Order: sequence, then C-alpha cells, then structure tokens
Amino acid sequence: MVAAAAMLAATSPISAKTISVEAGADAQERLQEALILAEPGDVVALGKGKFILTDGLSLDVDKVTVKGEGIGNSILDFTGQLGSGEGFLITSDDVVLRDFAVENTKGDGIKSKGADRIVYHKLRVEWTGGPKATNGAYGIYPVESSDVLVDSVLVRGASDAGVYVGQSKNIIVRNSLAIENVAGIEIENSYDADVHDNIAWKNTGGILVFDLPDLPQMGGKNVRVFSNIVIDNMTPNFAPEGNIVANVPTGTGVMVMANSNIQIFDNVLGDNGTSNILIVGYREGTDDPNYNPLTKDVAMWENQHMRAGWAPDFPGGKEIAAALGGSLPPIFWDGSGGKEYTPYVGDNAPAISLGVSDIKAELSTAKPAQIEPGQKKPAKLPAIKMPESMEAVIG
Amino acid sequence: MRLLFLVLACFGLATALIAKNGPEIGQAAILEEGLPRQLSDFGFFDGAADKPNKALIPYSLRNPLFSDYAEKQRFIYLPEDGLVSVGPTGKVDFPVGSALIKSFGYAREDGGLNILETRLLLLRKSGWIALPYVWRADGSDADLKIGGKRIPVSFTTPRGKNLEISYSVPNKNQCKQCHSSKDRLEPIGPVWPDMIFDSEAAKKKIAERTMFPRNGLFSRAKWDDPASGNIKQRASAYLAANCAHCHSRDGSASNSGLFYDDSIGFYRASGYLKRPVAAGRGSGGRDFVIDPGHPEKSILIHRMKSLDPGVAMPELGRATVHDEGVELLEEWIRQMPAPGAG
Repeated sequence: MVAAAAMLAATSPISAKTISVEAGADAQERLQEALILAEPGDVVALGKGKFILTDGLSLDVDKVTVKGEGIGNSILDFTGQLGSGEGFLITSDDVVLRDFAVENTKGDGIKSKGADRIVYHKLRVEWTGGPKATNGAYGIYPVESSDVLVDSVLVRGASDAGVYVGQSKNIIVRNSLAIENVAGIEIENSYDADVHDNIAWKNTGGILVFDLPDLPQMGGKNVRVFSNIVIDNMTPNFAPEGNIVANVPTGTGVMVMANSNIQIFDNVLGDNGTSNILIVGYREGTDDPNYNPLTKDVAMWENQHMRAGWAPDFPGGKEIAAALGGSLPPIFWDGSGGKEYTPYVGDNAPAISLGVSDIKAELSTAKPAQIEPGQKKPAKLPAIKMPESMEAVIG
Repeated sequence: MRLLFLVLACFGLATALIAKNGPEIGQAAILEEGLPRQLSDFGFFDGAADKPNKALIPYSLRNPLFSDYAEKQRFIYLPEDGLVSVGPTGKVDFPVGSALIKSFGYAREDGGLNILETRLLLLRKSGWIALPYVWRADGSDADLKIGGKRIPVSFTTPRGKNLEISYSVPNKNQCKQCHSSKDRLEPIGPVWPDMIFDSEAAKKKIAERTMFPRNGLFSRAKWDDPASGNIKQRASAYLAANCAHCHSRDGSASNSGLFYDDSIGFYRASGYLKRPVAAGRGSGGRDFVIDPGHPEKSILIHRMKSLDPGVAMPELGRATVHDEGVELLEEWIRQMPAPGAG
C-alpha cells in the first residue's frame, strides 16, 4: 500500500510546472536537458530569439507541451546541425507543440514516431533558402501514430513533403499553408484522414494521397480532401531522384495513388500545369503479395476547376495533350485496373482516362477517352474526430 | 571471546575485500529511481576510468558497433546471487540490479587510453535506464550529461588517417533511440553468440552465474575475420551490429520496412531492390537500397559513406566513415547476383 502510494507520487505530478528556456549560449544542452527532465503535465516554454542548435532535439516524456512565443519569435535554428536525422524528434504520447519555428534542419524538421494524440499547432518549419534539393525531406513528419492533429502550420522548402503523415491512423491536417515543397501535404500508407481548409501553393504537387509497397502498414484508405485551395503548384520537381515524390509531375494539384475510399470535394483548384486531380496506380513494379497497386473507390464532387493541363509533365504527356487539342482536361485517371476502378466524377469539368488498365504497362501507351459517367456517388465518409483533450488545446 | 574473534575476522575479511575490489558498489544508485549526478556514486571505478572495480566482469564483442573508431571497454556488474540466463536465440537476460558499463576513448601517445565517457545501462525494477557520464579533464570522476555533449577529438585511424572530429556523447533520449524495442529500453551488444570473455577469471565468473539453453549456441561470424565466415555471413554480422538496433520491426526505424535483425537475403526487407520510402535526399539519386552487383548505385553504401547529418547512417554517433565496414559491404553487394540471374 505504501509502496503503491509512493509509486503514484512518483508517476503523477503534484503540480504541473513551466520550465522556461531562453535562447543564448549552450542552448543545445539547456533545451535538451529541459526536454529530458520535464515531467508529465509540464510546459517547456521557449523564450524569444534564435536558439542556435548543433544536434537534433528529442522529447520522450508523455503529456508535455513545448510552447514558444510565436512562429516569428521563437526559432530553433539548425543551420549548423552536426548530427541526427531530424531537428526535433518526439517519441512520447499526448504531446503538444505550438508557437515556434524550426529552420534549416539537415534532415527532417519535426518528426514524431509512435507518438499518439500529438498536436502540431501554429508552427513554422522552413528551409529559408527556398526550394533546394539539399533541403531536408519532411517538414512535419508524424509516423506510426494514432490521432494526429496538424492545425495552422506553415511549411516551406521541404525536398519531399511539407506535411507528411505516414503509416498512421485517425489524422486531421487543416488550416495550414504549404508553399514551395515538392509535395505540399502528403498522406501515405495511412487510414482515416481529413485534409481540409489548407492552402497548397507553389509546390510541385499540392496534396498527395499515396500508398507504397514493402512497408509494415499498407492499404491506405478513407481519406477526405476537401475545402482546400490548391493553386499554382508549378515549382519544378526538386526531389532527389529515387524518391517516390521525384516522380510527381510538376503542376499536380491533388494526386491519389494506390489507395481506396478517397473523397475529394469542395476544393478550389487551378493553375496546375499537369492536372488539377490525378488518379493513378503504383507503376514502379513490386512483388509484395500484400500490396495492392490499384486505386479504388475514388470520388470527387463540387470542386471548382480553373486552368490546368497545359504543360503535362510525364512521359507521353505532351503527345496525349496534342491529340486532345493541346491541353489535358483538369481531371485525369491513368485507367489502372480498368472499368470497375473508374472514379466517380461529380465535378463540372472534363475528365479523361488514359486507358492504361494494365498496371505494368507504360503510360505512353495511353488511349485517352472521356471517363464515362454512370458511377454512383458514394456515401460521404464520416468526419474524422480527435479526442476532445486534443481539440481543447487549440480552443 | 571466540564470537568477538569471529566478528573481527569477518570485519577483517570485509575490509580486505573492499581493499581488494576497490570501492563498494552503489546498489542504491543502481536500483533506486533517480539520476545520480556522478559516476563515483556507483563505485564501478576506483577513482579513475582505467581502474575498474574488481567486481566487474570485462567482456568484448565479436561485432562491435562502429563509433568513430573509439575504443571501448565493456563490463558487466551482476548483483550478488543474481543469475544470468541465455535464451535459445542467444538473448541474454540479466537480473534486476545488473549494470552494463561501457567506456569510450581514444589511444594516447603513451599507448594508454584517454577515456572520454562512460555509458551505463542499469536494470531497475521498472526496466533498463541509460545514462551517459563524461569524465572530467583531471580524470577523477565523471559527471552525468543528460543532455549529451560534443567533445573535439583528434586521432589516427588503424590505416593511419589523422582525423579531427566533433565526438558526440549521446543524450539520454538518444541512448533510448538506439536501445528501444517496442518502446522499452533494451541492451544491444550482449547477445551471447557475439560475446567474448578474454580473461580466465571473467570466463569463470560468468560461467558460474549463467544458465545456458540446452541446444547450445553457435558463435557468430566476425565481420573483419574472413576465417570466421563467408562474405554474406560477415556482412550480416556487420549489419546486425551496426544497423539492426534501429532497423528492426520493434526499433526506431520500424517504419522503414528495412530490417537487419532477421536472416538477411534477397528480400525487399533486406534492402534487395528496395526503393526508398522516407529517405528524402538520403537516397542520393539512387533507386534502390541495394542494387545487386552495384555498390556505387546502392543507397546503403551512399549513406554509410556520407557525413551529412541529413544523409548519414547510422544517424547517431558517426562523424567519420568506417572505411573497413564500407569495403566489406561493397564487396558483398558486388558479388550479389543480378535479379533473374537464377
């Protein structure tokens, strides 16, 4: 009994405290120590100014909030980083990150792995030199987590994806701005996500929903992309070759690959030179028996389309556009899987299928044709809900 | 009178033991929750890094993790009456109250070792805890550096290269990053088929306290000893020691789908024709983790050769390239059959 009481005292804090850390000499050691010595319920408060850091930071304590004085004021500067694969790594649950900025990490910006119920709120992750292949891969990078809330963040310059959610479940990415990344926002190998009220501007591809083979969690599904503005994603692809996003055509608005139950609605899309909405299968070849390379049950409705398709950036694209009178329509599907995989198109805009139903065939063998109407509009997927404690943080 | 004599004798024996073994081991420091500020609280060393307590059992590994050419001294502390058991796969289970002690240093000009830091793994009732201690300049004691530390170091590699690096003492979280399995902390090195007890005393001490599986265990190949195994076996041993602590299904790189804790073969999970997932610029413009026959086109080699923090693997504790390890894996990949070659 006494032992149990002692245990309780040791694990639950009597009163949560605020640990303040200011910028200045030895910022690395002081901030990292604060992150290690924090106890559940504590707030690690970052002061104003640039924290000059030499190594990755990490947090492994549950229920800790890291809070700065705003994305223009509290800046974690990794320009001189010597080690670690990311700027800030979170491996504990119920963590809140808010009101600070991460700049110029050598690898990923902020990564959270196996970190359930994480809140990313009012953050900026930026490579300040703009788009460059030498920039880190992901800006905000939750992976293998349940209940992920990304709200009101700004990401710029990622050489892979600005916001990348991988192998996770129950996800919301909203009210955020992704500029000049290869992929603005990417949901990969994940289940149950809402991506809404974001602006994806000047990326190579605005919003991607992908599934890749040979990974522990596959079969991406149930993703809604709605009420976003996806405009002018014409930054030439600057991803290092070999990465899957290096294959994303410059000028892509929303792209879906190898997922099922995807709903795209109420978005404003335009000035995307390849396509506003691009639906494809995974064509890189795989022998993973547990992987489905086809994209199934995609539906779109009430999206507003502005100009698209005048500069299709994929092999054979120009020729196909020429055959269609110089430009691709704003919506196209590669045709993978054939008729039963045909997406539902409820948009008031032309849509074609490239007709390449064989997933192993080259896209240059396309026989483009209008997507035939007649698909049934599916029932709307339910809205994603976060635990109340997470929404309460944002208030 | 006789009783008093006995008590005195015992006392004498006890003081003799202390004198012989050095300071008393700090059981409380090992077992009780808390973060002892000084290494001396544990009594593992007798006032200097090169004077281990006689109660410690020294050992080494056939396949050590490469750590910027640092030399390492490893010790096990077992609590009195504690028994070790070795599982059928060679996994070693220690009793609560055990400690694994590892010192890192570089050779001095006089041939001795300049020990920079000592890392502890302590097995408490609540599980393993990892703590890094950095030795003071005067070598009298080491202080807990929970937030890690960088130390400028210069040294000469076995091939005579002179290097100056910023040596990184990991912070407490980074210790766990490598030592985590399903979110629990676990030792990495002490797997029985990889362990070597050089001294007769150490052999005897460990044998007395250890229970072995009935089937017996084979020694692993030694990565740098061609007599110990073929190139695949040696490459596998190197990958297991240097990569598998993260690249396993329960490790920090579980999301990568690239695993080196299992038997390695022509599988995607071993990197064979595996495309990068979240490598970012780590891919270096290459298509596959391992491109059989082509080390120069393999991401694995590219990342082992890089010192750029956004590219380099392992992610932690490497500010130099392990030339010898790279060469072994290059040769392994060079000899791999191309796909479809039967």
